Amino acid sequence: MRHIISILLENEAGALSRVSGLFSARAYNIESLTVAPTEDPSMSRMTIVTTGSEDVIEQITKQLNKLVEVVKVVDLSEAEHIERELMLIKVRAGLKEREDMKRMADIFRGRVIDVSDNTYTIELTGDCAKLDAFIQALDAGAIIETVRTGASGIGRGNRVLRV
Amino acid sequence: MDRVKGLELTGAEIVVRCLQEEGVEFVFGYPGGAVLNIYDEIFKQDKVKHVLVRHEQGAAHAADGYSRASNKVGVCLVTSGPGVTNAVTGIATAYMDSIPMVILSGQVPTHAIGLDAFQEVDTVGVTRPCVKHNFLVKDIKDLAATIKKAFYLATSGRPGPVLVDIPKDITAAKHEFLYPESVAMRSYNPVVKGHAGQIKKAVQLLTEAKRPMIYTGGGVILSDAAPQLTEFVRLLGYPVTNTLMGLGAYPASDKQFLGMPGMHGTYEANMAMQNCDVLLAVGARFDDRVIGNPDHFAQNPRKIIHIDIDPSSISKRVKVDVPIVGHVPEVLEEMLKLLRAGSKRVAAADLAAWWKQIEEWRGKDCLKYDRNSEIIKPQFVIEKLWEATGGDAFVTSDVGQHQMWAAQFYRFDKPRRWINSGGLGTMGFGLPAAMGVQYANPGATVACVTGEASIQMCIQELSTCKQYRMPIKIVNLNNRYLGMVRQWQELDYGGRYSSRTWTRCLISSS
Repeated sequence: MRHIISILLENEAGALSRVSGLFSARAYNIESLTVAPTEDPSMSRMTIVTTGSEDVIEQITKQLNKLVEVVKVVDLSEAEHIERELMLIKVRAGLKEREDMKRMADIFRGRVIDVSDNTYTIELTGDCAKLDAFIQALDAGAIIETVRTGASGIGRGNRVLRV
Repeated sequence: MDRVKGLELTGAEIVVRCLQEEGVEFVFGYPGGAVLNIYDEIFKQDKVKHVLVRHEQGAAHAADGYSRASNKVGVCLVTSGPGVTNAVTGIATAYMDSIPMVILSGQVPTHAIGLDAFQEVDTVGVTRPCVKHNFLVKDIKDLAATIKKAFYLATSGRPGPVLVDIPKDITAAKHEFLYPESVAMRSYNPVVKGHAGQIKKAVQLLTEAKRPMIYTGGGVILSDAAPQLTEFVRLLGYPVTNTLMGLGAYPASDKQFLGMPGMHGTYEANMAMQNCDVLLAVGARFDDRVIGNPDHFAQNPRKIIHIDIDPSSISKRVKVDVPIVGHVPEVLEEMLKLLRAGSKRVAAADLAAWWKQIEEWRGKDCLKYDRNSEIIKPQFVIEKLWEATGGDAFVTSDVGQHQMWAAQFYRFDKPRRWINSGGLGTMGFGLPAAMGVQYANPGATVACVTGEASIQMCIQELSTCKQYRMPIKIVNLNNRYLGMVRQWQELDYGGRYSSRTWTRCLISSS
């Protein structure tokens, strides 16, 4: 099953490689991993999307907790949460396709953030399924380049992850 | 100890002062370019003594053996690049068996890092998967606090090796020396006290059991919980087995001891593990050499209680009914309190029937061998070693058949007497580990039980033994075979003995 795991960790050189090294050493899956400092510059927040049986996910959270630089771990998918991913996608937008492409971006609440004679770069935010749906909706030949950040997640309401 | 607080010291001086503050008596190491400043400071004082090995693997194993035999932190010092890579086998050995150890490694100067400098290796990267934690010191201001953290991490929670990589320019730079009194890390707070409710539940399960079994591992040795375990087992009158890493936690010569479990264990210990209705696991991790296939193991219905300091050890291979995360001696002490306060005991009739069954299994005498053989049997050698040393020696071993014979036939009655590489299975461990054991126990008898294959993997350390006049007894069970390999080839490969004979190799090449 798909799980989205949030981690607070010390913002130190090498902390990221300890986490990614753990996943490769123990043969856990990573679908996406995203990390950046928080409002406290000494701390980073990481979101990992992974898949595995309940046993494997339990081991993943335990092994993450064991890393010395990891402060807190929570499996967001255990309860209500929100996740968002940002995608920048460069598409063909010549005279012929321009109108359709703009309309498609509007339907998905995307924004065109860069324009050239024959391309649009569209910014699109949403959960992973929405971004997948946008890619599906486009003609494969229309896509020139895709950049996705991987999901970031946060608990709903009073559910918080902080020190 | 006189503290030179606030004094400007070089990084190298700070390193040595930190070791003094930690009460380190011996450092096992090998000098090289990146650590010469540190070696110069070691030379200028006499509190921390340096033992010069012949290969960095030996330094790591010696520090490891020192730690295993004493519960003090073993320290080793190696240079950058090949110094570190040579030590990796020793570090991984300590990591797999959770041995508290601090490795200080030299690194090329900070300005040269990443430029493929002479004797440069990404030490933090290379050792990351086989240490509890590691550090690269990039600022002299952090040096003392980092070393303090290293010792704290190595010994607290589930112990393990911690490496501190120190660039050469840091050892030359100067900074005010202040050794921190204590360490607080927001990201590291190991659980010590077991959950009271779970402990109560465990005691209830245990006292209601019809066929109870106690299975203990290296965690009991590492946490010095042998006295609590022994009292606990005796109070209950239950059968007990110690794993390869846990031998000596309960006296092997006692009636309640069923020998070792697992692949190389006794029939009675394995049958009792399989057929019990309540299994108490203490500081053990249901390793593949102990329970084999976890799916097969899970087929027999039984309740499992698991005490361990490391939450990730619990329900890793086997589902557990009552997990207790905590420091083993404290948890056992809590359980003892409940037992002494008069929790009801297992029904005597059930326990008697269970023991009768166990005695039947024991009656098979699965470890019997031909004592009247003309050829000296290896088992006989170990029994004689036991006799000759009054069962009171520190015994190190390498890896292979001799290791299993030593584990099976030297009846360890005390903890920290049996020193072997259980997790990683490192051939070459025995001799250098014995050096560390001897330094930890200068007056004691130290025997290294080995085979002619293993001993050659760190044979260079004989020269260290000679230089420092270490009275280590080496018992070489020479069968002219890679015995354990041969055993497997015999069982699993139809007797196709690929590359397992010394003599033939030697003869054909001469």
